[in-house]
Amino acid sequence: MVDVTPGSVDTIPPAEVPEVELYHPHSWWTTYVFSQDAKVIAIQYSCTAIAIGMVALVLSWLMRLQLGFPGTFDFITPEAYYQFITMHGMIMVIYLLTALFLGGFGNYLIPLMVGARDMVFPYVNMLSYWIYLLAVLVLVASFFAPGGPTGAGWTLYPPQAIMAGTPGGQDLGIVLMLFSLVLFIIGFTMGGLNYVVTVLQGRTRGMTLMRMPLTVWGIFTATVMALLAFPALFVACVMMLFDRLLETSFFMPAIVEMGEQLQHEGGSPILFQHLFWFFGHPEVYIVALPAFGIVSDLISTHARKNIFGYRMMVWAIVGIGALSFIVWAHHMYVSGMHPYFGFFFATTTLIIAIPTAIKVYNWILTLWRGDIHLTNPMLFALAFIVTFVNGGLTGLFLGNVVVDVPLSDTMFVVAHFHMVMGVAPILVIFGAIYHWYPKITGRMLNEGLGQFHFWATFLGAYLIFFPMHYLGLMGVPRRYNELGEMGLIADSAHQLNAFISIMAFIVGFAQLVFLFNLLWSIRHGKDAGGNPWRATTLEWQTPETPPAHGNFGKELPIVYRWAYDYSVPGAKQDFLPQNEPGDYGQAKGH
Amino acid sequence: MSVILVFLLVIAGIAGWWLSHQRLMSKPWLEQGSIGDFIASEQSAMPTAKIGMGVFLAVVGCLFALFTSAYFMRMALADWQPLPIPRLLWFNTAVLVLSSIALQVALVASRKGQLDTVRLGLATGGLTAIAFLVGQLFAWRALVADGYLLAGNPANSFFYLITGLHGLHIVGGLIGLGRTSYRAWTTTRTDTLSLGVELCAMYWHFLLFIWLALFVLLAGWAADFIDICRQLLT
Repeated sequence: MVDVTPGSVDTIPPAEVPEVELYHPHSWWTTYVFSQDAKVIAIQYSCTAIAIGMVALVLSWLMRLQLGFPGTFDFITPEAYYQFITMHGMIMVIYLLTALFLGGFGNYLIPLMVGARDMVFPYVNMLSYWIYLLAVLVLVASFFAPGGPTGAGWTLYPPQAIMAGTPGGQDLGIVLMLFSLVLFIIGFTMGGLNYVVTVLQGRTRGMTLMRMPLTVWGIFTATVMALLAFPALFVACVMMLFDRLLETSFFMPAIVEMGEQLQHEGGSPILFQHLFWFFGHPEVYIVALPAFGIVSDLISTHARKNIFGYRMMVWAIVGIGALSFIVWAHHMYVSGMHPYFGFFFATTTLIIAIPTAIKVYNWILTLWRGDIHLTNPMLFALAFIVTFVNGGLTGLFLGNVVVDVPLSDTMFVVAHFHMVMGVAPILVIFGAIYHWYPKITGRMLNEGLGQFHFWATFLGAYLIFFPMHYLGLMGVPRRYNELGEMGLIADSAHQLNAFISIMAFIVGFAQLVFLFNLLWSIRHGKDAGGNPWRATTLEWQTPETPPAHGNFGKELPIVYRWAYDYSVPGAKQDFLPQNEPGDYGQAKGH
Repeated sequence: MSVILVFLLVIAGIAGWWLSHQRLMSKPWLEQGSIGDFIASEQSAMPTAKIGMGVFLAVVGCLFALFTSAYFMRMALADWQPLPIPRLLWFNTAVLVLSSIALQVALVASRKGQLDTVRLGLATGGLTAIAFLVGQLFAWRALVADGYLLAGNPANSFFYLITGLHGLHIVGGLIGLGRTSYRAWTTTRTDTLSLGVELCAMYWHFLLFIWLALFVLLAGWAADFIDICRQLLT
């Protein structure tokens, strides 16, 4: 690679950058509602996801009311409790996390970070959002359907999911749920095509794959995985809809319900589990990989230091993505599988720990002797590392068959996946919002309110989920709406449950401070300027803040360097934007 | 789940081949100040829409591979009774092959600038695809008349489900074909047309390939073939 001096670089005509024809809106409706601009679509996705996420938050409160103070609240019947569990899980995993990371951050950041004017198929991108919104509305409609939403658990295991004993099983609940998922997958596929092809084709001149910020790498890999994994959920949903509505027997075995022999016979519930988890396990990393990428960028920017082991980080992201497709049956250790299968899947599960650990070490080595600024985004990023390590370690426990079998039906599993898939990605989402909000609105979020929000969320989440591990080890079962008179459960478990519930309310209310901050700062926040964090990536180098339609004004930027040139010796300032030409010597800290 | 794993292995192979051309071994931290490789080596020269179609076809392929996986797993259970394949399906298959050929002819013609042949090819392709769909409906009716109802046996359920989904994909393709045809009849130039025609042809060939694979599956030959392989291995 021959380095080019600044003088010769300037003569390279930007006309070689492929220009795209932009769609230009003509009215208020096409600018703000039926917009084809990825930035507007991103905000639409994010607001919808956060709104439905608030519903799921309230559902978790209702569950905690029941678990902490059983028998006190008459309206939380066992049926209602199962409905709360199901909808909470499904909304959080799919309609909030997947939609927010890929639809929200993906739409906003991919075109800006790779130096594109917009997504490559803007019209399809717009359709993607509206179908997602429709999926959310169908989901919400199930709350108002006769019999209420489905209470089958977020995994929707047949046969119980479509039987009369389960809330919504023989009513509309399960049908609306499955229909909504099918819509979500169709909408996501439309968006996903955009994210992938924009990274492949939309990059500006000089933006090689190995110069992309890790955020883009994470979202890109996660999208590829999602495009290949969601069809499995699609197949499962369609086949279950057939079983429920047309009395086929894909999943339904011969079964007696209330003394009556049902029409079904011979089907295999295990077949559903295979299909579901073939989607379900990659889904964990569909949420985690964008989080990994975003955290890498936050840490590097706020520690003013280049990311340690960039190449290894990229390889680890791709490696985790590939490995996550061959571990799905570790969710099925208790389904009676052949021990050799269990052994195989335990092995692949534990192998994933290697690339993941590489990432964690690289984050820590990035922080090592960095100029750490404890800004709000940085606090959340640091909290993520701790939380992810905690959740990951219990994952190593549960990945082993002999440990998983006794723990499988206890609160330990609930604690594990909430740490690793609930708290950890949510912390990244908060960090990312504090980081990019100034670019989206042009104003900073309030620092003090942010600090309060961070400490309340971080400490509170630990006070909720750490004790839950302990409950699990005591043998407190999950999925039970109350413990009743169980000899094996100590009294202290009940007190702990009450404590967890109170903490859940406190953490939940702390989120109102965050929402207030989001709304208040749009008008009253401190003026952010174009690049408040003095960051290198292209989204901070736009001529306008917030970026206008077309992102980069007249000429697309040309990229001369990777995304992590912080504290380069000899440079005028402690960061070099990616589109800054010039050579500042090879002697860089690494 | 072996079918989907083999499918994903193929995808992983393609992705790995592509990644291996992306200088993953480069050290970007040492390459400051240079603008990297020339544009041609970074971005594919292929039109964006074609790459988008390729990614979409991978997703469609994934969907049908998963149905095939589910088919084999369900088939292994005791109550499976294979249903006879209506002979009409042979005719339908021939019609779909014809449809694909027509679009290929249209594609070649669009590159040579023969607008009339393009229009003829598009129209033939569309009409034969509709004929295929009608033929599939007749095949369904024949099966229903013979008493092979949807919920009668999982083999029947899979037959209707998979052929139905394949048919839906053809219907979706017809919408795209309709748009391209509309452009073909309102323009006088072929150079703006050829990308649209090419996308239609790609989609059609892929759906033909899927249909042939499904036909082999539904007729039971795939299972026979796997049995033979298994016997050879043991």
